Amino acid sequence: MTLLDRRQVVKRLLEPRSALLVVAGLGAPAWDITAAGDHPLNFPMWGGMGGALATGLGLALAQPTRRVLVVTGDGELLMGLNSLATIGVVQPANLAITVLDNEVYGETGKQKTHTGFGVDLSAVASACGFKNSSIITHESELTSLKKEVDGSGLIFAQVKVDLKSDELVLPPRDGPLLKNRFREALLGDRCHFSN
Amino acid sequence: MSLENHWSNTVFDLICKQDISIVSFVPDAGLSQLIELCVAHEGIQTVRLASEEEGVALAMGTWLGGKKSLLLMQSSGVGNCINMFSMLTSCQVPLPMLVTMRGDWGEFNPWQVPMGQGSEHVMKEMGVTTFRAKKNDEVAECTEGAIRLAFNTYRPTAVLIDQRVLGAKTFGR
Repeated sequence: MTLLDRRQVVKRLLEPRSALLVVAGLGAPAWDITAAGDHPLNFPMWGGMGGALATGLGLALAQPTRRVLVVTGDGELLMGLNSLATIGVVQPANLAITVLDNEVYGETGKQKTHTGFGVDLSAVASACGFKNSSIITHESELTSLKKEVDGSGLIFAQVKVDLKSDELVLPPRDGPLLKNRFREALLGDRCHFSN
Repeated sequence: MSLENHWSNTVFDLICKQDISIVSFVPDAGLSQLIELCVAHEGIQTVRLASEEEGVALAMGTWLGGKKSLLLMQSSGVGNCINMFSMLTSCQVPLPMLVTMRGDWGEFNPWQVPMGQGSEHVMKEMGVTTFRAKKNDEVAECTEGAIRLAFNTYRPTAVLIDQRVLGAKTFGR
């Protein structure tokens, strides 16, 4: 089986860019969304491992009329697995989660993660109450995934990707800059003047 | 103490007045009344967390989305948040927190003491500004200051509510 290319997957999800608000877990997912084109409504994380899903949940609750996409990795998700249960209780209809699952900790020397030993994240999501939870292994499935990501309903997609290391495409590292440009693009200049 | 005079009522009024619309929590006996008030209020979205650190990351997202949130937890949960606090301090994100103390005055359970004694230290080390409420009427006063400081100056803040306010859990001993 030929595994998917993570950069191609993310590019397919973000091009053309809909009104998505995008949160990316630290490491490769943050580089992946940046490689698809830096955007003020991207929030690439540089830390807080295990926090991508909860960050996406907070954003989805604060902006119920906007679609939120979390792009993260298997290692990052495993560290915050409990957030699948939390999200399963809240059932936010405007949140899409895609896990780029290469079954290794890519940044630290490709040590196998739990998914490499058969832990099934999409089954965990189903058990936590995600009615739309799937494993994506083939390029032909990306068109419908893009539609679902841009559409509505709570979704979880575990996308099996290859081990290839891509060129580093780094987003800005300055936290206040990432936060302020996101808020300004979403809320307008007024966000700087009132709380 | 009668329910009417309980600090939860004043703190709940502050939450509404300060336009905090998302309250996340891992329960504690001392927080149960405030949690009930928040859950019952239509204007507040409550999120029950499986682990306290989720509430820290959640606050990152709510602030990106233009909404204010508050996190409620017991002092043992502070340890679960340590790395996640780095996100708030690195991005200058406001989050007021209410922390009910264990492992302090009158504690019965020895296993609660290390984290209870360490809570304020580790919060300070991670850039959280802390206040201690040692009496019932100090809770609302500290909370108002902590909420204002958080949202006016873009930082995590915490009120640690002493076991002298809450009553120590005795397991009937």
